[in-house]
Amino acid sequence: MSILEIIKEPWPWYVAGPLIGLTVPILLIIGNKSFGISSSLRHICAACIPANISFFKYDWKKESWNLFFVFGIFLGGFIAAHFLSNPNAVVITPELSEKLATYGITDHTGLVPAQLFSWESLLTLRGFIMIVVGGFLVGFGTRYAGGCTSGHAIMGLSNLQWPSLVATICFMIGGFVMALLILPYILSL
Amino acid sequence: MNHLENKNTDGEGINASHKKENGLANLKYLIVGIFFGIVFVKAEIISWFRIQEMFNLESFFMYGVIGSAVAVGVISVFLIKKFNIKTLQGEKIEIQPKTFNKGQIYGGLMFGFGWAITGACPGPLFAQIGTGATVIVVTLLSAIAGTWFYGLIKDKLPH
Repeated sequence: MSILEIIKEPWPWYVAGPLIGLTVPILLIIGNKSFGISSSLRHICAACIPANISFFKYDWKKESWNLFFVFGIFLGGFIAAHFLSNPNAVVITPELSEKLATYGITDHTGLVPAQLFSWESLLTLRGFIMIVVGGFLVGFGTRYAGGCTSGHAIMGLSNLQWPSLVATICFMIGGFVMALLILPYILSL
Repeated sequence: MNHLENKNTDGEGINASHKKENGLANLKYLIVGIFFGIVFVKAEIISWFRIQEMFNLESFFMYGVIGSAVAVGVISVFLIKKFNIKTLQGEKIEIQPKTFNKGQIYGGLMFGFGWAITGACPGPLFAQIGTGATVIVVTLLSAIAGTWFYGLIKDKLPH
């Protein structure tokens, strides 16, 4: 198998996890930057729609590195999907596959399931909740918590910050409650 | 003004550098971002299915990713502090401590809800759009609206 073929296969967790962890020292060493992604959403607000709100009055240009970083993530997504993509469908566990089939979700070809997240589904109640309400909760919740998976669960825990452990535990509790207790109702809509 | 005063009050993703960087220096963050986006896609971390498997306790995969990322991060930060490693510009590396407030509980739970619904945290949203899932632009705009709304009502919320 050529190297490119190996790269095109889905990467195992023990490759991906350490590479993500390495982002922490790389950003610190190349420019004294603390890893964190959700703050980019705040910088976008501060740059585009500050509306005289004190939370958005700060020198966002000093944090513009963060906007370059997330634009890079977008480009990385493009490159991986167009030049390094795995031609096969996402392999999912039989349990999940069976469960999703009961909600009519049978297409596993994309990383983002088209039967849930598409322009057509946006106009349905289920699609609206998944796309719009879900996004709103991500943006509101991360800022209220002061960080997301990168800022708290990875950067905060790497620096042994207990408030980040509290946040990470709450992320997980929220995720379990939603996925196990509430999402089944949303998916049945 | 102290250089750390111009930080996010919540201290996430901050620039602790004392030096002003020109636009070109920002390209290095773009490159790290590209590398990061590729990892996101290739490990299928941005897949809605992987996040469902995680929250349904059906697969070890995401726990392995996050656990090993944290382990590498902890060791890296420990080594940076122990050997007093400087930045490439010769500065002392500074990491702002996190201070506890109730937002980490309430906001954390809300983000957890959103994470399980969308199957994405903020980073994966950008990568998903890059892969061609254009409707996720709406999710991203809604997340920006959520951040903005938080800023608007912040003082009325328990912290």
